Amino acid sequence: MNAVLELRGVTKAYGSHQVLRGIDLEVGEHQAVALIGASGSGKSTLLRCIDLLEEIDDGDILLDGVPVTVPGMDPVPVRRRLGLVFQAFNLFPHLSVIDNVVIGVVRAQGTPRREARQAGVEMLARFGLADRAEEYPDRLSGGQQQRVAIARALIARPRALLLDEVTSALDPELVGEVLEVIRGLKADGMTMVIATHEMGFAREVADQVCFLQDGTIVERGPPASIFTAPARPETRRFLARILHEPDPSSVDA
Amino acid sequence: MLVLGGLAILILTSPGWPAVKSTFFSAEAFKSSFPSVLSGFWLDVQMFMVIEVIVLVLGLLIALIRTVQLAALFPVRMLAVVYVDVMRGVPTILLVYLVGFGVPALQLSGLPTSPVVLGGAALAMAYSAYVSEVFRAGIQSVHPSQGAAGLALGLTRTQTLRFVIIPQAVRRVVPPLLNDFIALQKDVALVSILGPEEAFRAAQIYSASQFNYTPLLAAAALYLCVTIPLTRIVDRMQARDIRQRGGAMALGPR
Repeated sequence: MNAVLELRGVTKAYGSHQVLRGIDLEVGEHQAVALIGASGSGKSTLLRCIDLLEEIDDGDILLDGVPVTVPGMDPVPVRRRLGLVFQAFNLFPHLSVIDNVVIGVVRAQGTPRREARQAGVEMLARFGLADRAEEYPDRLSGGQQQRVAIARALIARPRALLLDEVTSALDPELVGEVLEVIRGLKADGMTMVIATHEMGFAREVADQVCFLQDGTIVERGPPASIFTAPARPETRRFLARILHEPDPSSVDA
Repeated sequence: MLVLGGLAILILTSPGWPAVKSTFFSAEAFKSSFPSVLSGFWLDVQMFMVIEVIVLVLGLLIALIRTVQLAALFPVRMLAVVYVDVMRGVPTILLVYLVGFGVPALQLSGLPTSPVVLGGAALAMAYSAYVSEVFRAGIQSVHPSQGAAGLALGLTRTQTLRFVIIPQAVRRVVPPLLNDFIALQKDVALVSILGPEEAFRAAQIYSASQFNYTPLLAAAALYLCVTIPLTRIVDRMQARDIRQRGGAMALGPR
């Protein structure tokens, strides 16, 4: 059986700065893979590369067994099959919550607006935001905005959801409500790649944890072994540092 | 208030006031000149309504050419840069002269010779250059993460531009755009140098024949009748937009 996502030797540099140095990764159906690592280790860039927002320099990315990083290939249909949620939400401030949620399916997939809005309202209701549909994002709390962003990414029924530090920009008391949503998605069998600083959460939700440092996956394995018995000294150092940090979200920006 | 009152007293008691009153504030001259000034002003209104639409479309088009980084657009982009540099760099009155007298002199068939059309074209050229820079600033002020979010939703680059970037950019540049439009509405008077009897020209003709400048004031008042309400309407639109989005003034209400 093919993995939903497969990365083979993916490299990426910005100028002379090598951000990714040969990443291999497989994400199976219904699997959640957590990417952990310090700021600048390449987690965000990796997610942006998977969503084809960045062009990779070398290697291959396969979606459902089909290479999607072939030169000249149109990235748009690939992006439509993936959902990406950003650290800073990136909702569109000029659109109401419901229009934020449906703009993708209405404009990109041509779903009739009425049908899309109905699905959008259901999606918002699922995340406890049914009464916020007609409001503008600026009126919502960070936690609510991020839940809207997740709804926006989910409404197109993506093959996999890419979560880029989705709680790092939130006030500590709002982190829980967003993690709760992701927990629910995991229970529903959503395939996910989660870049995160929430170690407890990674441990709870992920089937596999990858520790990145300097653009390389230094160590990977089931959360139980990574968090309790890391094999590599780099992983041990990182975990020791971050777990004793009073506010882990302040480590990354 | 005090300053204005003092100024008013100073003017009203000045030795020249009786003379000024009769040459600038003559009710009789106002009455007899008003119809021709008003019909001239109607020509101004028609001109700037048409020019504004052209300027908006052309300005946005130039701004897009200059901001969209497509290799294939490189020659067009260079052309747009030169266009903006030249049109902004030449005094508007010169541009009106050059187009208004230069184009007919070419004696090419098919080109318009009406001074209204040519003068309007010159103004559209100058102002589309200004407005393109306003639009460009607006487009560049939208954070790149907004574009990334649009693309991530599976929108094409064109769709992202149209539904995500441009609506936000346009909202942000409404005040400077309005500024340029008020300037344009006044600069329509420059077309008078080509001959058409718009408000300023009509007022000037009357003043020159009757030695009374009241029509000029009438023309000025007519301009204000358009520009001030327009400003208020846009102010109100913006305030509503900010309220609706739950935003606030940068420094708060007090």
